[in-house]
Amino acid sequence: MTVAVVVFPGTNCEHDIVHALDLAGADADLVWHTESDLSGASGIVLPGGFAHGDYLRTGAIARFSPVMAEVERLASGGTPTIGICNGFQILCEAGLLPGALVANQDLKFICKPVHLRVESTDSVLTKAASVGQVLQIPLNSYEGNYVANDIDAIEGKGDVILRYAEADGTVDASSNPNGSTHSIAGITNSARNVAGLMPHPERASESILGSSDGMVLIEGFVASLDAVRA
Amino acid sequence: MTADAPAHIQLGMTDVEYEHVIEILGREPMAAELAMYSVMWSEHCSYKSSRAHLGRFSSDQPWVVVGPGENAGVVDLGDGWLAALRIESHNHPSYVEPYQGAATGVGGILRDVFTMGARPIAVWDPLRFGPLDDPRNRYLLEGVVSGIAGYGNAVGVPTLGGEVEFADCFAKNPLVNVMALGILKRDQLVLSAASGEGNKAILLGNATGRDGIGGASILASASFEEGDEEKRPNVQVGDPFEEKKLIEACLELYERDLVVAIQDLGAAGISCATSETAGNGGMGMDVDLDKVHVREQDMTPGEILMSESQERMLAIVTPENEAEVLALADRWEIEASTIGIVTVGPDLVVYSRGELVAEVPAASLADEAPIYHRPYAEPDYVAGAWARSPEIPADLDAGEALGILLDDPAIGDRSWISNQYDHMLFLNTVVEPGHDGSLQRIKGTHKAMAVSTDGDSLRTYLDPRRGAARVVFESALNVAVTGARPYALVDNLNFGNPEVPGVMWQFVESVEGMAWACEELDVPVVGGNVSFYNQTDGVDIYPAPVVGMMGFCDPMPDAPPRLDQAGEGMSIFVVGPDPQGDFAASAYDRIINGNLGGRPLDVDGDLARHAVSAAATLAYSTPVLHDVSTGGLAVALAEIAIKSGVGFRIEGVSGPDLFDETPLRFIAVGPTDELDTGESARRIGTVGGSNLDFGTAGSIPLDEATGIWRNALPRRMS
Repeated sequence: MTVAVVVFPGTNCEHDIVHALDLAGADADLVWHTESDLSGASGIVLPGGFAHGDYLRTGAIARFSPVMAEVERLASGGTPTIGICNGFQILCEAGLLPGALVANQDLKFICKPVHLRVESTDSVLTKAASVGQVLQIPLNSYEGNYVANDIDAIEGKGDVILRYAEADGTVDASSNPNGSTHSIAGITNSARNVAGLMPHPERASESILGSSDGMVLIEGFVASLDAVRA
Repeated sequence: MTADAPAHIQLGMTDVEYEHVIEILGREPMAAELAMYSVMWSEHCSYKSSRAHLGRFSSDQPWVVVGPGENAGVVDLGDGWLAALRIESHNHPSYVEPYQGAATGVGGILRDVFTMGARPIAVWDPLRFGPLDDPRNRYLLEGVVSGIAGYGNAVGVPTLGGEVEFADCFAKNPLVNVMALGILKRDQLVLSAASGEGNKAILLGNATGRDGIGGASILASASFEEGDEEKRPNVQVGDPFEEKKLIEACLELYERDLVVAIQDLGAAGISCATSETAGNGGMGMDVDLDKVHVREQDMTPGEILMSESQERMLAIVTPENEAEVLALADRWEIEASTIGIVTVGPDLVVYSRGELVAEVPAASLADEAPIYHRPYAEPDYVAGAWARSPEIPADLDAGEALGILLDDPAIGDRSWISNQYDHMLFLNTVVEPGHDGSLQRIKGTHKAMAVSTDGDSLRTYLDPRRGAARVVFESALNVAVTGARPYALVDNLNFGNPEVPGVMWQFVESVEGMAWACEELDVPVVGGNVSFYNQTDGVDIYPAPVVGMMGFCDPMPDAPPRLDQAGEGMSIFVVGPDPQGDFAASAYDRIINGNLGGRPLDVDGDLARHAVSAAATLAYSTPVLHDVSTGGLAVALAEIAIKSGVGFRIEGVSGPDLFDETPLRFIAVGPTDELDTGESARRIGTVGGSNLDFGTAGSIPLDEATGIWRNALPRRMS
């Protein structure tokens, strides 16, 4: 049983997430977007990049790639599924997570480490972390600004799992890098098996890269796979 | 030039060059042939004004696998690993259309690297603009940075740095250079020489359109005048998504050993790629333009041959592998068409709609290009500039002066630029932009590569030979402070109009200085690019030779030095010579005195080797190492303090000595009073407190300095 890492034309973080999964002890296979059978996958990752060039709108074309029907089928059946950056955008576009990601407030690409405060541990991504924990993880996106019509409902259900924060955990306007609603950096679905986040935990997987804080998220995801298997 | 001038004149060719074409062919050239010669013999493609001098550079070190002449230089990193590197310019296109000009510059340099069989792993962007108080220059900076980010991020190759200078002479002629680095295993190395009669030439990637026709000859090989925005149709348009697919497809072609040779399509498009692959292999080629997948109908044969549409490659494959290559292209969702067949030659023969449109000796397009020995002479300005000696007050207030310098956009925080670039992809970035050099590991090994790109047009203007030599040494020191030894260099020689003897003198002197410095350090020059005609409205740019220095270490330091690792109580040392009063083109003299004059200090090869070696050794045991360059000790110390979030107290350094730019010095900061820095080290102070305290020379609060430094670029760009 291995993790299926979905590769669309234009995806570019697939090898990085495989590296981080490997550090967490999980095997992964790269799966081309035309694949229509992922049965046997213990979990699914939609990695970062620019699927189909981000043309039209981020994720708008990717959601129609043949593999997505299978991702929807398995995710609906409870398979742990995460989307990172572009993968998060695709999950939102496909309706597997609520809301959407729009252009950053200042209309510039942002690549820099940010601090995230863990809001909930009830998700396949945050189950190994603790509430209030602050993680330093790089952000790398142009459309990272989270918006949702039903934001109160999302908050009410506790579906927000990560928020942009200061190093001490304070959430305020100055720690919000891209204008995201309520400083939201990551969310889960109500069934708790699908999660997405804009920052890249795999880029904070070793201290030589500046931070290994992302591993608690990767390890949480890997632990979710074991839970399903058990 | 008028519309009724002869065709060759309109294409930028001289009468003498035209006569030479007639001599080669034994007849008048057909239209498509003339178009091919005009572009292939342009300054941009043929290096006709510079070639006579480029032999001064050497690359015969044993670790050089491929020297200048191929698409990229290649060096050996041991254990079967190779690195490919190359630098290019996209100056004129970026002035005409900053976003696309810069974006396609990135696309082009990446193709040069993956053409060699390498996966591109990083790019760097040395940039030069006019002063930011002019909205036009802000527009250019904003557009160029967006273009680099838009293309580089989407194509999935991190941008690990670059540098930026501002001067009036770049207002109408910004410089946009781009360097790329790739890595490969030795058995994946591919060259461009076609071989094997009957082998197929397959065009891969983007459809050929009318964009970029004449880019090399019209944009890159002529001076600019008012109204040249009308040349916008000559600028190519980039598609990073197409390039990303092309990279992955080509890497799979190499991995499966499906190509005999490959060449990217850059300047002069199909005509260049077909003639170069055939000519390099001593072969010929028959090409059928009807087979080219085009974006629009009714393109003339000349347009198809000359188009500089982006994201295209020409692969030479055996007939047995043709079907497999086409199938592989289909799987990666890129277009492919077999457009030609390799012949015994020597002619490149081109057909269109059944008609012969060109029949020329393939090698003649490259080998018969003219070589000019342009006259050169020291220009009048030099003596006058040397006489304008910098005057530095002995009692200057170091705190006040530092505050002014930290507000300079070329000294202040440049993360406004680098935060727009993905600089982390591939999980190799150990030392990120904002340091003297970047450092990238090679996963699965203990090897790492450092890169620094450097130029110093102001100092080079005052003394091209010394200025250019110092650029090489500074770049070497920048990679050494990460722990790497200088290993290979590529250069981008940006100059004005070579038909002006003073400009040609700047060029020859700069080449001399760089070549000497490289020899002193035993660094091979494995590739380069010459960009002439950086002249607008008769004004030549300052001479701006830019180098990309690659350093290499194996093993890399466990904890390489960084600027943000200074801590309370650590000692501060300066390693290197005492200050010699070197203020020509210094930040203090330029920015505070408003003067650009004096003669830059000469440099010594022994001293350079010593400094580089000392830094590369100390990097294994020292938390902070930082090259002393623009703004002298004061700025270098301030950068460490700001990044580390802690002040310092310096003792016994005079005000002028704090801003002196005597080269080949670096700062070492460490926890012991006795860092093993050797005899040339001098302890000058201690880390701690909340001030940048220069003793009797002055002081500035850390918070204030940090605010000024962080806002230097954002406050101008918002």
